[in-house]
Amino acid sequence: MIILSNFSNIHQWLLGLIQNAVATRVVELTIIALAYLAAFALIGLLLVLAERRIAAFFQLRLGPNRVGPWGLFQTVADALKLVSKELTGTVKADKFLYGLAPYFVIITALVSMSIIPFSKEVQVFDINIGIFFFISVSSLGVIGIFLAGWSSNNKYSLIGGMRTGIQMVSYELSVGMVVVTMVILSGTLQLSQIVALQQHTWFIFQGHVSAIIAFMVMMIASTAETNRTPFDLVEAESELGAGFHTEYSGMNFAYFFLSEFMNMFLSASIIVVLFFGGWLSPFGITAGIPFMGLFWFILKVSVVIFIFMWFRWTFPRLRIDQILTLEWKYLLPINMVNIVLMAALVWLGLTF
Amino acid sequence: MERLFFYFIAIIILVFSVMAVNSRNMMRSIIYLLFVLLGVAGIYFLLEYNFLAAVELSVYAGGIIILYINSIMLIDKIGVPMEKPKGSRQLLAGLLSIFGLGVSLFAIYSYHFNQTATTTETTVKELGKHLLSYGNNGFILPFELISIFLLAALVGAIAIAKSTKTLK
Repeated sequence: MIILSNFSNIHQWLLGLIQNAVATRVVELTIIALAYLAAFALIGLLLVLAERRIAAFFQLRLGPNRVGPWGLFQTVADALKLVSKELTGTVKADKFLYGLAPYFVIITALVSMSIIPFSKEVQVFDINIGIFFFISVSSLGVIGIFLAGWSSNNKYSLIGGMRTGIQMVSYELSVGMVVVTMVILSGTLQLSQIVALQQHTWFIFQGHVSAIIAFMVMMIASTAETNRTPFDLVEAESELGAGFHTEYSGMNFAYFFLSEFMNMFLSASIIVVLFFGGWLSPFGITAGIPFMGLFWFILKVSVVIFIFMWFRWTFPRLRIDQILTLEWKYLLPINMVNIVLMAALVWLGLTF
Repeated sequence: MERLFFYFIAIIILVFSVMAVNSRNMMRSIIYLLFVLLGVAGIYFLLEYNFLAAVELSVYAGGIIILYINSIMLIDKIGVPMEKPKGSRQLLAGLLSIFGLGVSLFAIYSYHFNQTATTTETTVKELGKHLLSYGNNGFILPFELISIFLLAALVGAIAIAKSTKTLK
């Protein structure tokens, strides 16, 4: 299951060094886990920086530009500050659940990251139910937010947690149905195969009308899933303080913050895999060069993330009833019709 | 290696099941129950039955636990620890558990398991075909029954939600 085709020389080298198959396996898994953790932290820090720079760009400011070249080390400095901060908590909080909640959120983000095909060579867990695994694991993250809201023993946190719960459970439905629509087109759940099927035409062109509708729904639903503006009433500052993480400080807060950005990255990755051919280059222009897949994947994900940030700094926040109306009265019927439409397109052979 | 993983997961399931039943704090027992369900999903993953594992994660851990948390939050005096049940009830529950354990053990030990050399990965295509086939190993009847059941549940939920509005 673990793809190391291009890394087989590393595998051979390790095997020669350790002379034991099981021990080699363990060492390899440890190396991969450490690499993913490093990538996780790096992507999170870069995304926070990108968010601040893009916010500044939209608001005609400069943004952080003092620490390091172009302010590159600003978020590193912020992270160091957060690490050194004191961990505070409320007196009457349920300490066990209070401490557990951030780990729920961050571990689900990490586990979902394992199935993302960064390129043909770089994918840790190419499970045959890939996309379904992603949906089921990411549905666990909301439990962490519920727990954080409840165990903080704070009214604002509780209301924030409940709002998130309602919102994420609702919009999970939309994400799931969009995935079903695209799976009808692909005929497989395995992410590497989904990418391979887009060798000649990306799915957004293969499924034309239906795929474009699905893409638009997916953009809205992913924004809501990741609790970003215009759907960020979970942490609406003017109403709820900081929402479910009001009572968290230091690294515990940073986990929530980081996982929010990671979830945005993961949603963008899934969008890229489902609609824009994953790590495939447009028209196969760099098909022969190794590791170019990684470049294209990151480029595409960056574009999608830029659109997410564009949303954030352009639209005002919605009310809770507007959010629920949008999901249950508009997106859900659109999705249902779209599934039938996609099935008809595939059945009649009208896809490219 | 697999044996090691199995024992690890089994211990997690056992410990957290006992803790889920014994905890006096409702929210905590829900979380312990969640760990039990995650452990069961882990067992399925160990058996390379990925689809069922993902269903376990999304339906039980992701769906039902969230439903439990939601409904528990609506209960009054949630912060107050639950009182211990009466002695007769404890006895009855214990007897029932022993009975359940006996039935399960009897079923497991009286069945002759065939050992297979290789594990076969179930693909989604096979699952879909079996779910909708009329022939042998087909599951069309349960599939349709569940569909109608879910539809009835949806209609019922909408009817209940609507009727409270008209009563006002």
